[in-house]
Amino acid sequence: MAAVKFTLNGKSQTVDAVPQMPLLWVLRDSLAMTGTKFGCGMALCGACTVHINGQPTRSCITQVSTVAGKSVTTIEGLSSDNSHPVQKAWIEADVPQCGYCQSGQIMTAAALVAKTTNPSDSDIDEAMRGNLCRCGTYQAIRQAVHLAARYQAQAKGGAR
Amino acid sequence: MKSVMSVNRRSFLKTGAAVGGGLLVGFQLPVKGQAQTAGPLTLNAFVKVGTDDTVTLEIHKSEMGQGTVTSLSQLLAEELECDWKKIRTEFPGVAPVYGAPMMGAYGSLSIRTSWQPLRQAGAAAREMLVQAAAQQWKVDKSQCRAENSTVVNTATGAKLTYGALAEAAAKLPAPANVPLKTAAQYKVIGTSPKRLDTPAKVNGSIGFGLDVRRPGMLYASLERCPVFEGKVASFDGSKAMAVPGVKKVVQISNGVAVIADNTWSAMEGRKALVIKWDEGKWANVSTPALRQEWAGLAAKPGMSMRKAGDAAGAFAGAAKKVEAVYEAPYLSHAPMEPLNATVEVRPDGCDIWVASQIQSLAQQTAAMVTGLPANKCLVHTQYLGGGFGRRGGADYVTEAVEIAKAMSPTPVKLTWSREDDLQHDTYRPASYVKFSGGLDAQGAPVSFSARVVCPPFGGNGTAVEGIQDMKYAIPNVAVEFTAPDTGTPVSYWRSVGYSQNTYFMEAFIDEMAAAAGADPVEFRRKLLAGTPRLLNVLNIAAEKSDWGKPLPAGRFRGVGVVANIGSFNAQVAEVSVTQGKVKVHRVVCAVDCGQVINPAIVEAQIQSGIVYGMSTVTKLGITLDKGRVVQKNFNNYDPIRIDEMPVVEVHIVPSRENPGGIGEASTPSIVPAVVNAVYAATKKRVRMLPIKAADLV
Repeated sequence: MAAVKFTLNGKSQTVDAVPQMPLLWVLRDSLAMTGTKFGCGMALCGACTVHINGQPTRSCITQVSTVAGKSVTTIEGLSSDNSHPVQKAWIEADVPQCGYCQSGQIMTAAALVAKTTNPSDSDIDEAMRGNLCRCGTYQAIRQAVHLAARYQAQAKGGAR
Repeated sequence: MKSVMSVNRRSFLKTGAAVGGGLLVGFQLPVKGQAQTAGPLTLNAFVKVGTDDTVTLEIHKSEMGQGTVTSLSQLLAEELECDWKKIRTEFPGVAPVYGAPMMGAYGSLSIRTSWQPLRQAGAAAREMLVQAAAQQWKVDKSQCRAENSTVVNTATGAKLTYGALAEAAAKLPAPANVPLKTAAQYKVIGTSPKRLDTPAKVNGSIGFGLDVRRPGMLYASLERCPVFEGKVASFDGSKAMAVPGVKKVVQISNGVAVIADNTWSAMEGRKALVIKWDEGKWANVSTPALRQEWAGLAAKPGMSMRKAGDAAGAFAGAAKKVEAVYEAPYLSHAPMEPLNATVEVRPDGCDIWVASQIQSLAQQTAAMVTGLPANKCLVHTQYLGGGFGRRGGADYVTEAVEIAKAMSPTPVKLTWSREDDLQHDTYRPASYVKFSGGLDAQGAPVSFSARVVCPPFGGNGTAVEGIQDMKYAIPNVAVEFTAPDTGTPVSYWRSVGYSQNTYFMEAFIDEMAAAAGADPVEFRRKLLAGTPRLLNVLNIAAEKSDWGKPLPAGRFRGVGVVANIGSFNAQVAEVSVTQGKVKVHRVVCAVDCGQVINPAIVEAQIQSGIVYGMSTVTKLGITLDKGRVVQKNFNNYDPIRIDEMPVVEVHIVPSRENPGGIGEASTPSIVPAVVNAVYAATKKRVRMLPIKAADLV
């Protein structure tokens, strides 16, 4: 066991864990933050996607010791009131069906629209192809990412 | 729970007052062999109108993405005339009024079985609220109108809220025979309000089975025999116990469980188990050997499932003959949320927190394992991270209850890994079908025979549905069925027998059309006059897809139709094939599912079913080697991803017929639509799935 200190959703967090324990299980079992999902354990489905220093990362294969000193953002940290552009777009397009993969889809999309102002369909496919959805919400996801990019641009414009 | 109770014995409608105030409306279902008046009546409410104006609807099904929470609320709101924003939903415990002993969501039945009772419950509640207002105003109730969670006095314009009327309404007798609205009066049915569960699904808060946490809970991972029906011969758990976080190792009927203070430690401990298995009689099963065995079975006559005229005689005398063998593999369901259950067993009772499609079965399972009475086993239904039929079983509940019993009174959550999910599923059965079809000199079909070899479950019908009940008007028909002996567990998989048999049937009909020199749509049209709703969706799909008109170079069309779950579905797929690689560009789907409750949910379910079916055309198959499932994770069981998603166009037939199902409507016909388009592109028939690129080059 070792103490690992990192920033979680903007706040300082210290956990006492086996260093090899994946961040996913630290979040879900140790910290009771169950928004991040377990789907495959091998970085094949994207359900466990979180941001580490802004980069979309598969928390199921990320040992907790490697996030020491870094900034981790989970779905719970995206906004407290569904006001993030991607969450707003997801609600507007009514994307989720079962919803289980959607935390991961949203985190991947949030990273995409943060760096790509006007993503094309192929940009979206390229960024999102690591995130499986068995309910087949892909058409709605494409639509919602376009919408999220517009909301993101509006938010930036408003800040100027 | 209530102080006043009133029952209308004709409709079995029950109403009463809720503890803490408010109006309850529910039903007393007639139970066979029991006098309706026997015993004290307990109200199992569907609806509670609170004194705070909220309307609480008990969702007596499961929500697995098919939109039940929203569409059932619409049925209620239509008749209750309540403010949509005042609706809350919750999942009730298991009770006969909710459908026990088969309470749950399966067979695309949720709307079909809720269509009448939820509208009746809404109408009764509204009627009582109106009556209560009329009494308060001392006017005739014809002078009162319900709208938007209020009752309006049409003469004075005065208004009373439902919340203010709920107490008084609860004291009134249950109304008899409240007429339901006609379709022309619908304001909520047929519209697409936003889904009620979306906000909590975009911030991680919704609460799936896997998200359940109980005080003092431990976490379990279970090692099962890699061969079906195999047993533990002996095991050594000492190395597992040395893994940090591991608390205990216990043997249960289905393997050896490691229990730890977190999921990962349980999984790590499990890797350290040393187990000697008695692999049993299926240890040598392999897919090639099964195919050979089933081919042998298909060579012999089977049990007759449908017989009309003399198929063999007509085939012998046919001007043109078509013969083909089709095969489909076992398939795993692979819902995104791995199977799990959290269970607490105490001497006096048991609680089961589970995302289940059949909550009744979870309860019965817990009662059986614990020896407790069923009414002491409380099922707490969670949101399902996908179901597709997999969560209709209770094998994972049995395991979790056995583990929790060994750990009693500590609550334990059992989590399956993805590998567990793919290797210990209850699979969509593999199937092997030998077809023969005969045409007369003018190209009209005169004979159709199918010999199906497929492991059945829940009756033989699941093996042959989609072929046995095919709608084509052919005078001489013989459908036979043989059940092979296999240890591979099989069960319901989205659209069940139609999933493979629609592929077989519709691909073979395409072969017959080609032999007749006919256009595939034209050939079907001539044979579907007896099923006008199916013919209609075929015509719409053909028209909207520009069937028969030129396509860009390299693009080809294929068609498939199905009549299942009380609905009718036709699809045209547009594909290209490049060096054996199939790409689906566009799918045009026409669906007639009767009266539509929520068009946006219907469209989402059509897209969903298409993705689910399409994954099986080029990508998914479960194979066996030495009794073991070869596929382990999403690397070699890799469903459709976003870059493979075609543009899907959905055309919904306006209809006032009673609602049909929708969750399983579009999964079957996408498969033949794609393989028939592949034939158009390559002149190669796809008679086995999944398609291998090498076979098309």
